[in-house]
Amino acid sequence: MKKVYKLQDLDCANCAAKMEAAIRRIDGVQEATVSFMAQKLIITADDARFDAIMKDVVKACRRIEPDCLIKL
Amino acid sequence: MSRKQKKMLARILVAAALFGAVVCIPAQGFVRLGLFLIPYGVIGWDVLWKALRNLIRGQMFDESFLMALATVGALCIGDYPESVFVMLFYQVGELFQSYAVGRSRKSIAALMDIRPDYAHVERGGTLEQVDPEEVDIGDVIVVKPGERIPLDGEILEGATTMNTSALTGESLPREAVVGDQVISGCVNLTGLIRVKVIKPYGESTVAKILDLVENSSAKKAQTENFITRFARYYTPAVVVGAVLLAVVPPLILRQSFSLWLERALTFLVISCPCALVISVPLSFFGGIGGASKRGILVKGSNYLEALAQTRLVVFDKTGTLTRGSFEVTAIHPDQVSEEALLELAALAESYSDHPIAQSLRAACPQELDAGRVQQAEEVAGHGIRALVDGRRVYAGNGKLMDEAGVTWRECHRTGTVIHVAVDGEYAGHIVISDEVKPDAAEAIRLLKKEGVRRTVMLTGDRREVGEAVARQLGLDEVYTQLMPAGKVEKVEMLLKDKGPHEKLAFVGDGINDAPVLSRADLGIAMGGLGSDAAIEAADIVLMDDKPSKIAEAMRISQKTLRIVKQNIVFALGVKAAVLLLGALGVATMWEAVFADVGVSVIAILNAMRALRVEGGEA
Repeated sequence: MKKVYKLQDLDCANCAAKMEAAIRRIDGVQEATVSFMAQKLIITADDARFDAIMKDVVKACRRIEPDCLIKL
Repeated sequence: MSRKQKKMLARILVAAALFGAVVCIPAQGFVRLGLFLIPYGVIGWDVLWKALRNLIRGQMFDESFLMALATVGALCIGDYPESVFVMLFYQVGELFQSYAVGRSRKSIAALMDIRPDYAHVERGGTLEQVDPEEVDIGDVIVVKPGERIPLDGEILEGATTMNTSALTGESLPREAVVGDQVISGCVNLTGLIRVKVIKPYGESTVAKILDLVENSSAKKAQTENFITRFARYYTPAVVVGAVLLAVVPPLILRQSFSLWLERALTFLVISCPCALVISVPLSFFGGIGGASKRGILVKGSNYLEALAQTRLVVFDKTGTLTRGSFEVTAIHPDQVSEEALLELAALAESYSDHPIAQSLRAACPQELDAGRVQQAEEVAGHGIRALVDGRRVYAGNGKLMDEAGVTWRECHRTGTVIHVAVDGEYAGHIVISDEVKPDAAEAIRLLKKEGVRRTVMLTGDRREVGEAVARQLGLDEVYTQLMPAGKVEKVEMLLKDKGPHEKLAFVGDGINDAPVLSRADLGIAMGGLGSDAAIEAADIVLMDDKPSKIAEAMRISQKTLRIVKQNIVFALGVKAAVLLLGALGVATMWEAVFADVGVSVIAILNAMRALRVEGGEA
């Protein structure tokens, strides 16, 4: 399943790149792009575990950039 | 500026004023440290806090951590003014960066401000204002002059002109009358129209375009990926360099630690790859935004990059280089007038649904009275035989003329020739052909100027016709009489034939050529306005029918790539130079912070140039 999320207060481009790398490493994530310019996360992940995966994604992002919020 | 940015600006000004005051006070020792800590605290508390928080979470090479380390280190070795100044300048750079990014985001959002807010629907005899998403197929909507057309539909009543510039970059208004299709996102200029909705909002042109533009940043260019990968190694490498610089030389050269510590701190100040990481996607974003302002939709920065490397352009003929509609292009009468010849042919063909008959009728200015025609019969593959005003008329190809026993002459024009004979006498012929678009020849010439090495045309049309068009436009090669599968084959052959860093672009109108569009390195669809197939199959969509827009798109892509390269070379060059000078002790922290923040600012300003497109009237 592919979904797009808005990212609030994503202030640094380097963090966006780091978040992208971290999200891609999460088990079950097939494809992830964090666009600093569009302030968006575009993610493709396993349908069955999507919600659980998103929880991991939120956790990973909070570790890298605590100010940035994923609008679920 | 947002509120957050305004607050930051105020903090910077206060800290700068305090810093200026503190520098003037002649104090010594701890009093001096205490005094400098005031502006330092004002400007840097959030950076210190973030650094601490990230450290706890195990984020070592975070930019706030590096800044905190560098400035605290400077405080420890007694470089108070340097420490405060580095922090101050760092914050100025951050503020500028967030302002610049916000601005370019906004200007692109404004560019794409084609989302309709409401639709007036006729329900139960009254007009209701509803969200466009709530309108169903078959509903009738009313669009007043000055309003944006909210949904794709067909005009039931009224005539108007529409401004399509938000979609195509074309400022010339389009006329629309009853029966014409109107496209969402255009602005209704002059008349009130009633429109029958033919697509739900989710499938409308405007929704598709917005979706495309909003998701364009998902596909990253190679250069972008290179930069993120580079950043991942750059920062740790510089930090390790700083540690080595602080420890190794003092041990070997037996010099004081504080001297080398200062040089190591200089390293930390420039260890942040911000300038690069921000300026590259910003440039691509600007390039994509600038292109969409001109009616050129690019689905991702990777495609913009590929376009700049395109050296082979393969065109489809019909609908791409030519109009794709058959029109009467020449009338060569014998003995009768042009009008009379055209009228005779059109009358003879008045019962036929053949495209040629339709073109003939369309070319006749006057209303045709079908009652004047009798005994019309089609001679399969040859033409038509009929009685017009009691006279025997033959209209068709040369074989039909031979059959009627009429001496006829060849025409020098290419196209479909309809010979006409009346009562056994040759009356002349009419040429029907697909017209070449007015800017097609110019488009080929401009592409050559942009560095395209080879231009090729593929067509399913007859050899003479294809070759004549290719000659007229100055194309390098032409392959004719191709079936759709044959086009794919030819493109594959051309793909094998190109150089390693060259890209091949295929330009089509999105009808029947989806397989070729996806097979080429870069699929460009023309006339995306109103064609869903084109928007979906292609990588780049030209909203209007002008082939000359391809050259313009190439110019924009090359400019964007140039800016990206400038930024990479400039930022890396300055950083490398300052790292070297810092290690030798020539560059101090002052220069280092200028190198870091200054480079960011210049790179961002340069990146924003990509958004500006010259020659744009929109």
